[in-house]
Amino acid sequence: MPEPMISLESLTSTTSFDQLLATAKSGGCASSSCGSSAKPNDMDSAIWEKIKDHPCFSEEAHHYFARMHVAVAPACNIQCNYCNRKYDCANESRPGVVSEKLTPEQALRKVMVVANEVPQLSVLGIAGPGDACYDWKRTKATFEQVAREIPDIKLCVSTNGLALPDHVAELADMNVDHVTITINMVDPGVGARIYPWIFYDHRRYTGIEAARILHERQMLGLEMLTARGILTKINSVMIPGVNDEHLIEVNKWVKERGAFLHNVMPLISDPAHGAYYGLTGQRGPNAMELKALQDRLEGGAKLMRHCRQCRADAVGLLGADRGQEFTLDQIPGEVVYDASKREAYREVVARERGDHVAAKSAATEMVKAAGSGNSLLVAVATKGGGRVNEHFGHSKEFQIYEASPGGISFVGHRKVEQYCRGGWGEDATLDDVIAALEGIDIVLCAKIGECPKDQLTGAGIRATDAYGYDYIETAISALYTAEFGVEPLAAMA
Amino acid sequence: MAFKIIASQCTQCGACVFECPSGAIKFEGEIYVIDPDKCTECKEAFDTQQCASVCPVPKTCVPD
Ligand code: SF4
Ligand code: SF4
Ligand code: SF4
Repeated sequence: MPEPMISLESLTSTTSFDQLLATAKSGGCASSSCGSSAKPNDMDSAIWEKIKDHPCFSEEAHHYFARMHVAVAPACNIQCNYCNRKYDCANESRPGVVSEKLTPEQALRKVMVVANEVPQLSVLGIAGPGDACYDWKRTKATFEQVAREIPDIKLCVSTNGLALPDHVAELADMNVDHVTITINMVDPGVGARIYPWIFYDHRRYTGIEAARILHERQMLGLEMLTARGILTKINSVMIPGVNDEHLIEVNKWVKERGAFLHNVMPLISDPAHGAYYGLTGQRGPNAMELKALQDRLEGGAKLMRHCRQCRADAVGLLGADRGQEFTLDQIPGEVVYDASKREAYREVVARERGDHVAAKSAATEMVKAAGSGNSLLVAVATKGGGRVNEHFGHSKEFQIYEASPGGISFVGHRKVEQYCRGGWGEDATLDDVIAALEGIDIVLCAKIGECPKDQLTGAGIRATDAYGYDYIETAISALYTAEFGVEPLAAMA
Repeated sequence: MAFKIIASQCTQCGACVFECPSGAIKFEGEIYVIDPDKCTECKEAFDTQQCASVCPVPKTCVPD
């Protein structure tokens, strides 16, 4: 397959931006659906309009759009057993972790700098590092200032829900149409094992009483948001032996109350982080356990599978954090927002996306038509744009797709240590990568060396760069038909 | 009597500042401090000291 005519990643990384845009504009369009939107058939148009540029609320959008979090809300009103707010490490990705807290004024400057530099930026979120609704004054001041300068940026907040009912009306007034609530239980008995205390109505509550209040406030907040048409995503931390089975019940409750998405995330637990669970040896689930639970939840509230458990100061496309490029010391005192890059990027994406949708539905048809009962778990190295376009050795994560008689679906991602650093790979890392790819049949990437390829083969995982720069779904359908369809096995080495 | 903040333990989250009914807590330079002349230990306002109740780090807001 040829290189794509429009390379999104070059659009965002080059210095001669205008020239690239000109090239992109002159390129034709491969499909008849050029320029059309990528709205899935089963989705209401009004909802699609709200999520189509939101990388967290739309799996499809996350290939094209980026979000940033500004860490303006350090104060929190509950304590979770998986959180320790004294700990911070620049190399670590974990919700609640930040390197520097910002004032609303500093946040505004940072957002403008990022908007100038990262054309994919579409969403500004406040996810703490404490609680955005409890630390409300700073959250609100930040949103108001940013909305004045960059009116088209989408605003969203993450909250534990305890203070949420107090601010739903203001959220609606400020056009915040995406809210994430972390809900780990609907049974206060389970909650008491997750939350040692909450601070509510001027006092500290503990045990079942604390969990009951939190639960009631979360349900109330969710219902209030649904009543106002604000889309909600529910984050649940999967804690084996504590709430893993219980999350099936949680899924039912939130679906009944209108939750748009349910995002089940694995507990991150390491004694070095100093959180209660880390210190008591509470383990997190492994990738296959997480997938098994997510599969059991299919049919309930719609699942989000592409969450990266980002830091509260993350910047960029999901899975490729650029936060360290935009620390306060790198941000000038005076910043002027320039909309041109973001506008140009959107124009290109609109066209590329229509093309991608057409390719995707053709690919799905191919898989279905293969008439095979088999399924294939595929790991894809990508840096965005919906294509197989990352080198194996450069990948920090793989996106996992499943091809089955039902079609092609995205099932999650697996993080890995980057294997290749400046020309050589290290065996220890490769062993870790292989371990992280447990259960995967085939790896797709833009390029892979003979040596890692052989080692992967030795571990029972095939890898190929034969589909480099193709759309992910196109590549997978070709693989699937080669494996199980009538056509002969062609492209696999 | 007044409360004080053990600066070395403080995460600088600022929660105590907006819960204090007496406006006794300020960010001074690099640390949060309680003005002993303003702190009432929350007497007559609340049953428990607000700063100590909201603080995420045990034994950080303590009697002076
Ligand atoms: S933590 Fe999950 S939901 Fe939040 S920005 Fe990252 S991917 Fe999106
Ligand atoms: S004890 Fe009460 S009055 Fe004193 S600093 Fe703490 S919150 Fe303020
Ligand atoms: S609540 Fe505790 S940790 Fe937070 S600023 Fe006050 S003293 Fe520091």
